[in-house]
Amino acid sequence: MQATSALTLYRSTIGKKVIMAVTGLIGIGFLFFHMYGNLKIFLGQEYFNAYAEGLRELGAPIFIHGHLLFLMRVVLLAAVILHVWAAWSLWLKAHRARPQSYEMKRVVQANYASRTIRWGGLVVFFFILFHLAQLTWGVTNLPGGFDRTDPYSNVVAAFQSPLVVAFYLIALFALAFHLYHGTWSFIQTLGLLHKRWDRLVRLFALLMAIVIPGGLALVPISIIAGFI
Amino acid sequence: MKLKLRVWRQPSAATEGKLVDYEIEGVSQDSSFLEMMDVLNEKLIHEGEDPVAFDHDCREGICGMCSMVINGIAHGPKAAVTTCELYMREFNDGDTIVVEPWRAAAFPPIKDLVVNRTALDHIIQAGGYVSVRTGSAPDANNIPIPKDDAEISMDAAACIGCGACVAACPNSSAMLFTAAKVSHLAMLPQGKVERYDRAVLMVNQMDAEGFGGCTNIGECEAVCPKEISLDFIGRLNRELIAGTFKAAGNR
Repeated sequence: MQATSALTLYRSTIGKKVIMAVTGLIGIGFLFFHMYGNLKIFLGQEYFNAYAEGLRELGAPIFIHGHLLFLMRVVLLAAVILHVWAAWSLWLKAHRARPQSYEMKRVVQANYASRTIRWGGLVVFFFILFHLAQLTWGVTNLPGGFDRTDPYSNVVAAFQSPLVVAFYLIALFALAFHLYHGTWSFIQTLGLLHKRWDRLVRLFALLMAIVIPGGLALVPISIIAGFI
Repeated sequence: MKLKLRVWRQPSAATEGKLVDYEIEGVSQDSSFLEMMDVLNEKLIHEGEDPVAFDHDCREGICGMCSMVINGIAHGPKAAVTTCELYMREFNDGDTIVVEPWRAAAFPPIKDLVVNRTALDHIIQAGGYVSVRTGSAPDANNIPIPKDDAEISMDAAACIGCGACVAACPNSSAMLFTAAKVSHLAMLPQGKVERYDRAVLMVNQMDAEGFGGCTNIGECEAVCPKEISLDFIGRLNRELIAGTFKAAGNR
């Protein structure tokens, strides 16, 4: 591998898609563990808060308090920025590629998830901003105030509002579609897909699209329904 | 059959186009779509009007010239055929049919339904060839080629370069076309030597022509008259990624 070639990757449309695929894969990995971690809320306040605090001890004893978490945040942030940048750049190129639209256009076989991948991404992007503002930065007004040392109470307080829960569920719905096409698409973009495995990969994508948003949705639903 | 046609009329690239309504009668169900267009043009000529300009050549589905988006689908409602092989029996008496040209920035309009598809030729010129003379057609089995490789190569080589993939793609991407051209040469011993240079050069040209990127939607595969599979796009991605890391295409 030559350094120059990796740097020129960003120029071609396929190179940008490779960037989207790799950063998307990082996102899927994060989401899976985020979903799995969040479910610890069902084990009670003490357990959940200990889990949240324990995230800062990740990688011990090689990493000291908070270091690996910081590193992971840097990687995630870089992945999000690159993913959004590549998507925006490709969106612009696609927009310029058809200055005059069709008077009549029909879809033959493309599924809904694939056609709405960009819009779903936009919904998820704004959701992430709101989600961070609400439960990481504590910017929004929570009843009882935001307590950095008690994430359990913050989460429970946040999901008392039907409006917030509705927004979360809408965003997770968009995420499900984004993941369904995204999971299949990253495998195709990296050139790893073979027709023989297509149905298996579709099934895997469906699984990701159900398990990740489904697991994440359990928390707000259970809280507003009064289980927690 | 009696039909109501809404045809895209555009006198030249410099003027705005619009859909114009026509009504024709006495169309045989056994005529092809292009023959139906011929009937319309004869009527227009008799009435002293300008006939509809459209591309066509072989009228047997192998030249890749005919190019109409019919009722919103490139090459019309029947799968795996070109417009010339689409027969009027696919439509019902009294139907309204909307006929538009391929639409893409890389395919600038010329007149009516005719667009300039030279951009696809530029992609071929960038690398869709074998640089050295490989002689005339060799004897069969003179160069052993695995059966599976020959089949894959032949499937890709079926591409007639009509541009329906571009027309159907919401991003106006020419990935399926480029993928077919890159794949069909990369599978054969004569083409393998330059495979990575070819992939990088052709993709660079594809981007330079103003086609959009691929979002793996699959509309191209659905309208392709030669049923070129999305598998070839995966293959092109592989070739391009490998080519990029080998720093190929610098010639």
